[in-house]
Amino acid sequence: MAVDSLIELRGVNKYYGQSHVLQDIDLTVSRGEVVVVIGPSGSGKSTLCRTVNRLETIESGRILIDGRPLPEEGRGLARLRAEVGMVFQSFNLFAHRTVLANVSLAQIKVRGRKKEDADRRSLRLLDRVGLASQADKLPAQLSGGQQQRVAIARALAMDPKVMLFDEPTSALDPEMINEVLEVMRQLAREGMTMVVVTHEMGFARSAANRVVFMADGRIVEDRTPDDFFTAPESERARDFLSKILKH
Amino acid sequence: MDVLTQNFSLYARGFLGTLELTVYASLLALALGFVMAACRVSPVGSLRALGTVWVTVLRNTPLTLLFFAVVLGLPRFGLVLPFQLFAVLALGCYTSAFICEVLRSGINTVPVGQGEAARSLGMSFGQTLGGIVLPQAFRSVIPPIGSTLIALAKNSAIAGAFSVTELLGTYKPLNEMGYGIVWTFVWIAVGYLIITLAISGLFHVLEKRYGAAR
Repeated sequence: MAVDSLIELRGVNKYYGQSHVLQDIDLTVSRGEVVVVIGPSGSGKSTLCRTVNRLETIESGRILIDGRPLPEEGRGLARLRAEVGMVFQSFNLFAHRTVLANVSLAQIKVRGRKKEDADRRSLRLLDRVGLASQADKLPAQLSGGQQQRVAIARALAMDPKVMLFDEPTSALDPEMINEVLEVMRQLAREGMTMVVVTHEMGFARSAANRVVFMADGRIVEDRTPDDFFTAPESERARDFLSKILKH
Repeated sequence: MDVLTQNFSLYARGFLGTLELTVYASLLALALGFVMAACRVSPVGSLRALGTVWVTVLRNTPLTLLFFAVVLGLPRFGLVLPFQLFAVLALGCYTSAFICEVLRSGINTVPVGQGEAARSLGMSFGQTLGGIVLPQAFRSVIPPIGSTLIALAKNSAIAGAFSVTELLGTYKPLNEMGYGIVWTFVWIAVGYLIITLAISGLFHVLEKRYGAAR
């Protein structure tokens, strides 16, 4: 196995009642790698993403982050989550706090930074995602694309080792998708380790090192984007691609 | 009118008694209700069980029975306190069960994603609840908490039956002195109205200031 693996899933199984939503998942993500997870809805790709920081618990198997097993609920888990940035489909910005406070809050409460230091850093990050001028607004006053960029800045403020993106553009109007993807592309270029669940095939082609194709709770293919998009091996992947790439 | 002016100090003592009971029991109910609501949504199973038992027992016990339990029960365990303190305990604990449920329903109005986002940033359960969830829950629970505290103010009348000086109890000496029952009670009602309308007013202001904008 690669020595420099940052995320390692071994034989992971998860059930929702009777349905077996993750079936014997093995997946390794190396440092600096961008892995895009695609697949039809209900295939378990979001669930997979959420197991990595234990927002979803698993029934069996092992998950290692940077060589250490994922801790149980408690302080250890909170510490680990601070190292793993997460961006949600529905942004989940703290609705009662300003944009700046959203980015600063966890830096102050979890990292113990002074408010001025945290705010300075937050403004730098907001500037990087092009939103420094919106720092004093409430999340509801921003467009979806802007909110998602704030959410990315909020996650980056913790200096995470890896970023998880759970369908970050699925709730956005088409014209706003690109501004978010551009921020993500830039992150990928800078060498951030990323796991991205998405339906944006263009992003998968241009930014991913590997494409993981899931169907019915299993990883069906795990290959480079070129290989996957030009010559999918499985019938399931061919069928999926033919449906989404037609138009 | 005579009954009020001639017995003003009696009324005033009763009024103050009810006011004190209401204020202290409210503070106790809010604090305990807050703790119990935190227990009921906590990730620790035993705390959740504690919260559930607390609410189930206190919410389903008649308040008068609870007063008997506290006033007659606690001294058996060597705990002898002034009657007023017993009354605050009984009223506060009883009402805390309702406050707990109001807070919990408020917590449930906050989208799950808010808590998930906070946890994904490494915030602890306490930080998530105190910094993210409760401030947003607070906006939607202001009106029902107001109602619960108004009910508490009126429930405090039961303490009169347990030798605590409070407003309703003033009718007994007045009655013995031969005053007409109607005016005696009219002024008692006015006393309660002052307290309950003050609570409504306070919560109206809170709602204006902190309530969910729509």
